[in-house]
Amino acid sequence: MPLRNDIKKVLVIGSGPIVIGQAAEFDYAGTQACRALKQEGLEVILINSNPATIMTDKAMADKVYIEPLTLDVVKKIIEIEKPDSVLSTLGGQTGLTLSMQLAEEGFLESHGVKLLGANPETIHKAEDRQAFKDTMEKIGEPCIPSKVVEDLEDAVDFSNNVIGYPVIIRPAFTLGGTGGGIANNEEELRDIATNGLRLSPIHQILVEKCISGWKEIEFEVIRDRKDNVITVCSMENFDPVGVHTGDSIVIAPAVTLTDKEYQMLRTAAINIISELKVEGGCNCQFALHPTSFEYAVIEVNPRVSRSSALASKATGYPIAKVATKIAIGYTLDEIINAVTGKTYACFEPALDYVVVKFPKWPFDKFVYAKRTLGTQMMATGEVMAIGTSFEQAMMKAVRSIELGMDSMNLKKLANVPTEEIEKLLYNVDDERSFVVFEALKRGISVDKIHEITRIDNWFISKLKNLVELEKYLADGTLTDDKYDLAKRYGYLDSTIERISGQKCPKHRDFVYKMVDTCAGEFKAETPYFYSTYDEENEALQFLDRKKTDKKKIIVFGSGPIRIGQGIEFDYCSVHCVWALKEMGYEAVICNNNPETVSTDFDTGDRLYFDPLTKEDVASLIATEKPDGVVVQFGGQTAIKLTKYLDEMGVNILGTSADSIDAAEDRERFDELLNKCGIPRPAGHTVMNVDEALAAAESLGYPVLMRPSYVLGGQNMIIAHSDQDIIEYMSIITRGGLENPVLIDKYMMGKEVEVDAICDGTDYLIPGIMEHIERAGIHSGDSISVYPAMTLTKKIRETIIDYTKKLAFELKVIGLVNIQYVVYNNEVYVIEVNPRSSRTVPYISKVTGVPMVDIATKIMLGETLKQQGYESGLYREAEYIAVKVPVFSFAKLHDVDTALGPEMKSTGECLGIAHNFEDALYKGLVGAGYDLTKKTGGGVLITVRDTDKQEILYVAEKFERLGFTLYATSGTASILNRNMIAANVVRKASEEGPNVMDLLDSGKIDYVISTSAKGRLPALDSVKIRRKTVERSICCLTAIDTANAVADILAMGKNIDDIEMVDITKI
Amino acid sequence: MSLFNTGDKAYIMLENGKIFEGYSFGAKGTSFGEIVFTTSMTAYQETLTDPSYFGQIVTQTFPLIGNYGVNEEDGESEKSYVNGYIVREWCNSPSNFRMTGGVDEFLVKNNIIGIHSIDTRCLTRIIREHGVMNGVITTENVYEKKDEFLKKIAEFKIVNAVKSVTIPNKKEYPAENSICNVVLYDFGYKRNIRRELIKRGCNVTVVPASTTAEEVIAMKPDGIMLSNGPGDPAENVEVIAELKKLTTANIPIFGICLGHQLMALANGAKTEKLKYGHRGANQPVIDLDMDKTFVTSQNHGYAVISDSVPSEVGTVSHINANDKTCEGVRYTAFPCFTVQFHPEACGGPLDTAYLFDKFIDLIKKNKEDK
Repeated sequence: MPLRNDIKKVLVIGSGPIVIGQAAEFDYAGTQACRALKQEGLEVILINSNPATIMTDKAMADKVYIEPLTLDVVKKIIEIEKPDSVLSTLGGQTGLTLSMQLAEEGFLESHGVKLLGANPETIHKAEDRQAFKDTMEKIGEPCIPSKVVEDLEDAVDFSNNVIGYPVIIRPAFTLGGTGGGIANNEEELRDIATNGLRLSPIHQILVEKCISGWKEIEFEVIRDRKDNVITVCSMENFDPVGVHTGDSIVIAPAVTLTDKEYQMLRTAAINIISELKVEGGCNCQFALHPTSFEYAVIEVNPRVSRSSALASKATGYPIAKVATKIAIGYTLDEIINAVTGKTYACFEPALDYVVVKFPKWPFDKFVYAKRTLGTQMMATGEVMAIGTSFEQAMMKAVRSIELGMDSMNLKKLANVPTEEIEKLLYNVDDERSFVVFEALKRGISVDKIHEITRIDNWFISKLKNLVELEKYLADGTLTDDKYDLAKRYGYLDSTIERISGQKCPKHRDFVYKMVDTCAGEFKAETPYFYSTYDEENEALQFLDRKKTDKKKIIVFGSGPIRIGQGIEFDYCSVHCVWALKEMGYEAVICNNNPETVSTDFDTGDRLYFDPLTKEDVASLIATEKPDGVVVQFGGQTAIKLTKYLDEMGVNILGTSADSIDAAEDRERFDELLNKCGIPRPAGHTVMNVDEALAAAESLGYPVLMRPSYVLGGQNMIIAHSDQDIIEYMSIITRGGLENPVLIDKYMMGKEVEVDAICDGTDYLIPGIMEHIERAGIHSGDSISVYPAMTLTKKIRETIIDYTKKLAFELKVIGLVNIQYVVYNNEVYVIEVNPRSSRTVPYISKVTGVPMVDIATKIMLGETLKQQGYESGLYREAEYIAVKVPVFSFAKLHDVDTALGPEMKSTGECLGIAHNFEDALYKGLVGAGYDLTKKTGGGVLITVRDTDKQEILYVAEKFERLGFTLYATSGTASILNRNMIAANVVRKASEEGPNVMDLLDSGKIDYVISTSAKGRLPALDSVKIRRKTVERSICCLTAIDTANAVADILAMGKNIDDIEMVDITKI
Repeated sequence: MSLFNTGDKAYIMLENGKIFEGYSFGAKGTSFGEIVFTTSMTAYQETLTDPSYFGQIVTQTFPLIGNYGVNEEDGESEKSYVNGYIVREWCNSPSNFRMTGGVDEFLVKNNIIGIHSIDTRCLTRIIREHGVMNGVITTENVYEKKDEFLKKIAEFKIVNAVKSVTIPNKKEYPAENSICNVVLYDFGYKRNIRRELIKRGCNVTVVPASTTAEEVIAMKPDGIMLSNGPGDPAENVEVIAELKKLTTANIPIFGICLGHQLMALANGAKTEKLKYGHRGANQPVIDLDMDKTFVTSQNHGYAVISDSVPSEVGTVSHINANDKTCEGVRYTAFPCFTVQFHPEACGGPLDTAYLFDKFIDLIKKNKEDK
């Protein structure tokens, strides 16, 4: 039976802002879901607070609500829209949890709404620890034996007599598993358990059989209501159990399992999904004992997940689309396999390549974060690489991850003594695979490395192949045979030349093979390719076969999601592709991120899943011979290719390579500003500490410091003293200073941001945004308001004038993003980026100006006028939109939560309303601010000296609201002197009860904490802020943010009072 | 073997003269055969020891072969019957706790010529477009012997397949706590068929393909199992004649793969050669009675023509979801059902193992009725 006839109007719940563990993959899944539903002629209502997503595009649903994802809001929207069903399984954990709550409360039933995808019973069985255990027991699937105990002797008894050693102790409610550990015998157990019980606020620990070191295997399974079940893909983790699968290098399919082991786990996965009665996709994670057939079920997710996005891209099987169709009544044997067009969705993909996923961690940004990997995921994104060997895929992954590496050689390990390398093998962190590689280079044996890391010998041996290959390359003449061998193993010419110290004897481009779900068994027309080094180039054959007279354009994507370069750029890339297609061009995408819509094979006319480096791209150009390429939508990743592409003689559409250079090169940029008569904060370029100190001296503190190559404020700080400069320079010079450091006068003024579109003759500013926080906080971390509310007419005109001048002078063709600071009624330019920006998606949605579409058309010669737009500032929208950043601090240890010039947020959400206050309220609620405590609570204030005057005004507001104020001595004395009553609290370093105890006490609802000093985890202020993360207390680290929150609280708003906005009506 | 000692040159030549160059592993020499491909991503040991591959040169579409070595338990027969083995890459440092050796050693021991560093996807696509082709795999210089080889390729035909793989004498395998006796016709059976039967309490007597119906009936079995096996089913004229006689013996029969085809032929149906066969672990099969699709393991080049099954003896019970070919027949005139795919798996999914239970039920029911 196809489509159920009782479904007409479906509510799709998205996953909200991007946070660690819930990223772009749900935009991909949600977009596929919405498209599948619309294809069936169903009315789709969408709710998602994340404006940077493609799923929140007008075209994706009939009604789109960019509203906070809270229970109240979803209920309100159900009441307004009266859908007959809710799709629960495509919006990540957020969507699943909300659906579950709605169902449990009886809200869905009372409103006649059906839950599609997974029913409440299924969700309960999978999510509730005990119910899950019982269910697994019922069907004979083993779980990891564990017991919750509140008493030491219980723990000892359970370990000695039930599960045996080693055991893992996990204290309840301590962040990051503080106080836990592995005990190998009773003595160790007594020690660790005693400590764990003491540290747990509820005096409770979980004692669990230790299975670290077992293999971790995943299966993606799909089931329909007729009980047809298939497994789409198996995956094996490079890192054994103990590292979150999101933080592990993953290979698909599983490689070290014999058929017996493989089928055993596959059957278990099928049994589980059948028992849970999931209708759609499900992810099963298993631990497999490395030397027996013993296994345990680690976790089951009865929904589409990050792993299913990876599995979809790895196999070509569109899991989200199929899961959606199943949810509305179709069965697997009725759904056509879009790849072959002949076969059905009821089959299991066969791969004739291997896939390696490599995580992207934020540690290059958070230098003080603890890098140890464990059960809490820390990666912000990932890349995927496809190859015909593991080595090749690994090499492609490593150069895709944008760590500046083109092989497994990590520079900083080169001079570390071998004994140290051996010790480093014990660290389970983000660099472990590189340490293993280095260890092999030093001659440490595969067995020894296995003994320490428990990584399967297969993986270690594969890395050893790379080590040996590099030795072979370095030894003697670089022959054709050696070159071929290295190419087969995935090396670039430039890498071969560096390692061998010789010129390559020849050059051969990569060829392209098709991803077709069936290993070549059936003829497929999927335009999905990957590069390898081989004889036959299937892409060329494909191009021949499908010859059109359309012009071909390649759009380069933005690579892995990381802080500073997120999903927004995928939004832009995808819109560019759509615009190109609409204009009658053939749009080709090249990208390496499996979580995105851009790497869905039916987004563009062709997809190349490949690294975005010079040589990879050159091969692609050689095969595709495009009429033009687009780099301005793929963030810094694509922009970096501009120079090479220009040198290759490729036609770069839009703003030229020279203009991009003019904006990035400090000297050229200064010259340009001079020419236009536009001021910018005074600054210098320095190469060492002494120069830096001298520069700061001449500019006067505070100063802003950053490396001259910048992405998302990477390693940017505001230095208030010589000491800050010394600390900063030591960090930045750690890896050897190749580029100068920039030091600018720091102006604490109002920050204003503009995205503009220029065709060379006319320019269009869709909107001007103003930040709530003054300059000094990275624009990505500031609360941003559209339209700007507080600018004078003169300032506004100056900004428009400067924008116009800069756009024309830089010869921008397409998009440009400019950041200004307004200081003492003067407008200064901080930064100009002649490319798309983070704010493009949200401004496009709020103003109704499809910026990327317009820019794409401009690049191809259609002027603004032809598209119906006049020069200047576009008319203001009838809505106010407030973008609020969202952070993932709970997932990262030892990261200071204080905001500064270095970007820290992972995502954002939007509040849209007719007035500023409602919009801000929605934005804050959507970002997770708990604004329910409107009076009577406690506020802790501890601010740096420079903020002490300004805090008075804010503190008074909280006092007036009826909050009790607490402050550390310095802050308290100034408050009290100004007649604002504040209780004095002892500092964290002083004896208890001190400020840390106060935070534990539950009396504090808001913390306002700023600090002048650096980001060292040992600092008091950093400790306080980390504590607020642990205790989920709202911590405001800028006076301006605190002020805005106080104002909102004072209005006593409630979500019930606020109108919901359907943005398709804008 | 070091990574860079890629081995001597080796070649494949197809009947159309297309030559692939690669490197040798396993045994050296020259071997002719029918070149086929399997898309299974695991189970290379099971593939190499599956007698149904008799006379064929097997190409693995999955690029990494030998990852977990070979072990004592996973062989589906005593030795390998393939005429050659084509892979993209074989693993020189396999890893698995049950491993007793590597795939290279295995090929040497079984005197199988292997070739690696082949663009197996290119080869697979040629076979897919052209259909199954004969070819040669050799460590000799193919260019020098091109004409001679082409002649031999053209002459090559898989003959006497079943006779070459069946056991010479019957052999008994008792079950613990047995509930019935089953005769297993060995047309080149995979061990797991026997294991699945024994697991369910069947004493299994494996008999040579040449065993007559009278001999089988004399053994008074409660059930008869017709195994898988290699070659063109129609070649087995004598066997087909004996099976015809067994249809009237009122003994439950379960046929797999070649057994399925032979039973169909015995009942007047016809078989045809598929363009490039079904070989892999991901073939979707619809059980028409249950209205459910199962993922199955398959290895066959011939199929029963659906329309040719006489309606008075049986009906098509299973079809392939992709190409709709016949995947099973349920006989109405006598207690028998047969399937084209491999419910015994090894390698491949275990999802259709329920068919063995069905066979046991049929045996039990038949016993009760008697």
